[in-house]
Amino acid sequence: MSTRLLTPTRSVGIIGYGAYVPRYRIPAREIARMWTGGKGGTPVREKAVPGLDEDTATIAIEAARNALARAGIHAEHLRAVWVGSESHPYAVKPTSTIVAEAIGATPYVQAGDWEFACKAGTEAMQAAIGFVGSGMANYAMAIGADTAQGRPGDALEYTAAAGGAAFIIGPAEHALAVIQGSLSYVTDTPDFWRRAGADYPSHGQRFTGEPAYFHHITSAAQALMEEMGTRPSDYRYAVFHQPNLKFPQRVAKMLGFTPEQIETGLLVGDIGNTYSGSAIVGLTAILDEAQPGDRIFVVSFGSGAGSDAFDLRVTDKIVERRDKAPRTRAYIARRVEIDYGMYARLRGKLVR
Amino acid sequence: MRVAGHWRLRKQRLTLQGEICPVCGAHIFPPRDVCPECGQPASTPYTFKGRGEVYSFSTVYETPDHFTKYKPYTVALVKLEEGPIITAQLTDVDPDEVEIGMPVEMVTRRLTEEGDEGLILYGYKFRPVMERVGR
Ligand SMILES: [Zn+2]
Repeated sequence: MSTRLLTPTRSVGIIGYGAYVPRYRIPAREIARMWTGGKGGTPVREKAVPGLDEDTATIAIEAARNALARAGIHAEHLRAVWVGSESHPYAVKPTSTIVAEAIGATPYVQAGDWEFACKAGTEAMQAAIGFVGSGMANYAMAIGADTAQGRPGDALEYTAAAGGAAFIIGPAEHALAVIQGSLSYVTDTPDFWRRAGADYPSHGQRFTGEPAYFHHITSAAQALMEEMGTRPSDYRYAVFHQPNLKFPQRVAKMLGFTPEQIETGLLVGDIGNTYSGSAIVGLTAILDEAQPGDRIFVVSFGSGAGSDAFDLRVTDKIVERRDKAPRTRAYIARRVEIDYGMYARLRGKLVR
Repeated sequence: MRVAGHWRLRKQRLTLQGEICPVCGAHIFPPRDVCPECGQPASTPYTFKGRGEVYSFSTVYETPDHFTKYKPYTVALVKLEEGPIITAQLTDVDPDEVEIGMPVEMVTRRLTEEGDEGLILYGYKFRPVMERVGR
């Protein structure tokens, strides 16, 4: 047995999936108008902004309900509801109990909040693979959701966005996509952090690129392809963490994936960086389009730093399940443009 | 309301759980343990599907303190598919887009917060029914 793969005792897969993206959008040029007089390029076209009554819990709840609708199972069959985020509404009190109660999964259920910057959601997915793959549970739900904040005027303000995705992991024979292999690659790399009680994160400027994002994603991706005995051309689709438009395009090229392979899951230009949702909301958009037999390559990235990599194969169950909930592109199309004033109000930067 | 009061209402607020009358079959929301249709005891829990239409509505510009942050917002009487008419806030819709008869669906959102250090209260609101397939 390999020493790098995370290998469950029984084969597992994704039974149901769901996404959520809030309807408000602030164009990057509107943020640039505030801080640079509109000069210079922007890292995305626009980003999704949560409404006043939305937070990580409400985003997770809607994504979770969509995943349940597609899975066609009742929530009381879930033995875990795990929420990964860096913007949990409470410092102490789980988001996951709110979500579990709202979807009807309580009380005989594991509930816990996960934190690992932008890969908290895929961290929960890895744990769910183990939970189901060991036979402890038949169904476990892993969610990644965020309402990320950037300091006004900081580079992150252009991209820090809101959204999330939920996945129900279950036995492979019921899956719409079988998880054929996964691994994690983690080191102690301080590229981005937020201290307890601080409203906004700090980051290591250019340090966020090579030693952090690119190193961890390429290391995880290459290790997984070595273990699986695959090459980029074996996959119909690939999706990577998307902090801006350039990074995932460049990492795809470094690894040998084509623009066509990443196009379907590359949403950052339209919704920004949804942090814990970033790679996996992209995955939901791919599952909305994929055909039975298609192979999908997924690599997340979380600062601090690490990557989770997954090799999926879509089954024929995708066809009957995907239209049981709104497609991810339907949420993206539900777009209401706002200006910086409304943005400041929605994000609590302007308080009466 | 005290913490215990919010806690007792959690199923009702988070999952739209009401009751069904075992005698006449009426769907009841909010749960009240006596059927408003036939007066018999009713305590069988029923989770509403969360679909309905706007029966009437009003946009609120002057609000109680807890809701100042959210104003203006629209409050509607929503006629649920199962029959009951309930009062709820609408969300993800501009006040001038709301119409009587508009199909709506339940979502769970923040209702209010008890200051910066108190509880965050979550519950049902309704929004226009989403299109399923994007462009
Ligand atoms: Zn009755």
